[in-house]
Amino acid sequence: MRPKLNILSDELVDQIIAEGFELLLDPGVRVHNEEALKLLADAGADVNRDTQIARIPESIVRQALETTPPEFYLYNLDGEPAVHYGGDSVQFDPGSAAITILDSETQQQRPPLTADFVKFVKLVETIPQLDAQSTAIICTDVTEDIGDLYRLYVALNYMRKPIVTGAFRTDTWWTMKDMLAAVAGGEAELAAKPIAVFDVCPSPPLLWSDLTCQNMIDCARHNIPSELVSMPLAGATAPVTLAGAVVQHTAECLSGVTICQLVKEGAPIVWGGSPAAFDMREGTTPMGAVGTWMIDCAYTQVGKALGMPTHAYLGMSDAKIVDAQCGLESAGGAIMAALAGVNMVSGAGMLDFESCQSYEKLVIDAEIIGMAKRLIAGIEARDEPIALTIMRKLGHRADYLAQTHTRKWFSKEQYIPSAVIDRSSLDGWKRKGAKTALERATDRVKQLLATYQPSPISDELRVELRDMATKTARKFGMDALPPLPED
Amino acid sequence: MSSDILEQIITSVVEGEPDETVELTRQAFEAGVEPLTIINQGLVAGMRVVGDKYQNGEYFLPHLIIAANGMQQAMALLKPELHIRDQAIEAAGTVVIGTVRGDIHEIGKSLVATMLSATGFEVHDLGVDVPVETFVAKVKETGANLLGMSALLTTTMTAQRQVIEALVEAGIRDQVKVIVGGAPVSREWADSIGADGYADDAVGAVTEARQLVG
Repeated sequence: MRPKLNILSDELVDQIIAEGFELLLDPGVRVHNEEALKLLADAGADVNRDTQIARIPESIVRQALETTPPEFYLYNLDGEPAVHYGGDSVQFDPGSAAITILDSETQQQRPPLTADFVKFVKLVETIPQLDAQSTAIICTDVTEDIGDLYRLYVALNYMRKPIVTGAFRTDTWWTMKDMLAAVAGGEAELAAKPIAVFDVCPSPPLLWSDLTCQNMIDCARHNIPSELVSMPLAGATAPVTLAGAVVQHTAECLSGVTICQLVKEGAPIVWGGSPAAFDMREGTTPMGAVGTWMIDCAYTQVGKALGMPTHAYLGMSDAKIVDAQCGLESAGGAIMAALAGVNMVSGAGMLDFESCQSYEKLVIDAEIIGMAKRLIAGIEARDEPIALTIMRKLGHRADYLAQTHTRKWFSKEQYIPSAVIDRSSLDGWKRKGAKTALERATDRVKQLLATYQPSPISDELRVELRDMATKTARKFGMDALPPLPED
Repeated sequence: MSSDILEQIITSVVEGEPDETVELTRQAFEAGVEPLTIINQGLVAGMRVVGDKYQNGEYFLPHLIIAANGMQQAMALLKPELHIRDQAIEAAGTVVIGTVRGDIHEIGKSLVATMLSATGFEVHDLGVDVPVETFVAKVKETGANLLGMSALLTTTMTAQRQVIEALVEAGIRDQVKVIVGGAPVSREWADSIGADGYADDAVGAVTEARQLVG
């Protein structure tokens, strides 16, 4: 039996969904996008063009839920299904869009450059516990206007795993789509075997900005999966009660699913988010707060009740350096997410809320993820009978290490960590240099990077991608892109 | 034929199939392969691969111990034949090992014994609750150049000192290096009782043993 966390009672799930539907009628959803408003009005919603508020009847939303795929796959660059959105599959990718990098040498935050993100993408490729890439770092050596597509451009040059991404503008989305299609072998191929999912973020409370709504519409039209990232801040932009925040999340996601399905029935879309229990002393948005984890697990349960694939930003920390707080917060969130059955858990490597990426934290988080995945694989009998045969064979001899039974099962029963986790004796630990977790993580980063295998894309394709990115960069006054680092 | 079956022996040791190791060893001997050849080019060669795989993280303790057990069973088959031929195995050293009197903790000690055996030492394991005089007698009998003592209790670790004192009295302290281990045992303790070496895990014990007598 797989251990499963259901944080809400069935009655509470029903009430949250019912109140979510109620909110879509009163006060309704603000939609700052003409195309979406027209689609909603045509479908029978009560749309006020002046206030841009749409009041959406439950029947339209129910119809949208009917046509939403309950599951879909993301594919890797070898064309194999690599990530399963749906059911209780649990997969992990790095937290995305960091605005700083924790420098490996100084352990200080600084603005990230192209070389930093290249190193990061390579590292993610080599970490077996991570199932997908993300456009994890915003490079500051290109103009902000192409920050989104440039991340994707860099990642596409080095990755094999599928990628979680997102656009910062409506026009740059098209370059990103073109680059993905080029790598997938064409638009039809990309639609059939998507290699990326786009995060689309409603603004709390109950607002769809033109940008994110248009991104969602464009994704749906091209059958590219989108991932709703609803982010109620409980006590600031949403009710402070955890259940209240989940109601708001439900309404925002239901409206997103509806707009998406009105664009194209059957377009893949994910029930996701990045809420936080607002910090009442500092005025910050803690990702390591237990309340944040609880809201995430609760909305995941709601999403599953509605038959949706799920996502959450969990496994992050509010610490500013790789320290004890960093470990405890990341572990708590990742394990909760795994138990809740979140299909895609975004957050590995991230600290300082959602601001900073760290290579060293990433390899520590990989161990957390390994343990979380082992946890949800559960306990099985393995043998029939479970223990009688082996225990009667050995009687009272403590000789289990020498048994083939042990050799057969230990690596399935135990999660075996890398050297990031220290389990030596005191003397053994001293012999290895008496290193801290951060120092061991630093070693691990170097070891893993040495094993990186280049991505399978051709030189022609690399040139094509560079031309696409450069063409868009020139529109924003940037004549040439920074060179990608030589290997 | 000879090299084929030696390859098979290596494979059986590396893959940890003790029954197969014993059976192939029997076949090789009956086919006329010299016992020393079987040992050095089959069993020991296989254990070396296993040791490497353990060191590089591919193998774990169960692999190591199962392979070592297979090797030991096969060796038991060949030892009488070596004796007849008046031949000996080139051991890295001869070790007497045991858990001291009053202490019945076995796992750590057995792990060290298996590891030493698997890395080329000739090991005489006296088991647990071993009296002082039994250690001394066995060192004399075997001419061992290494003595390993385990103690898991603070109340029994003093017996390690008694054994060392008894070795001095018996006039054989210079013949044998003494290495101690066990949960409460530290480098400081080892120094204070006049032991030559100390290790707090099985891998450390092999390293220490090789430094002392290898």
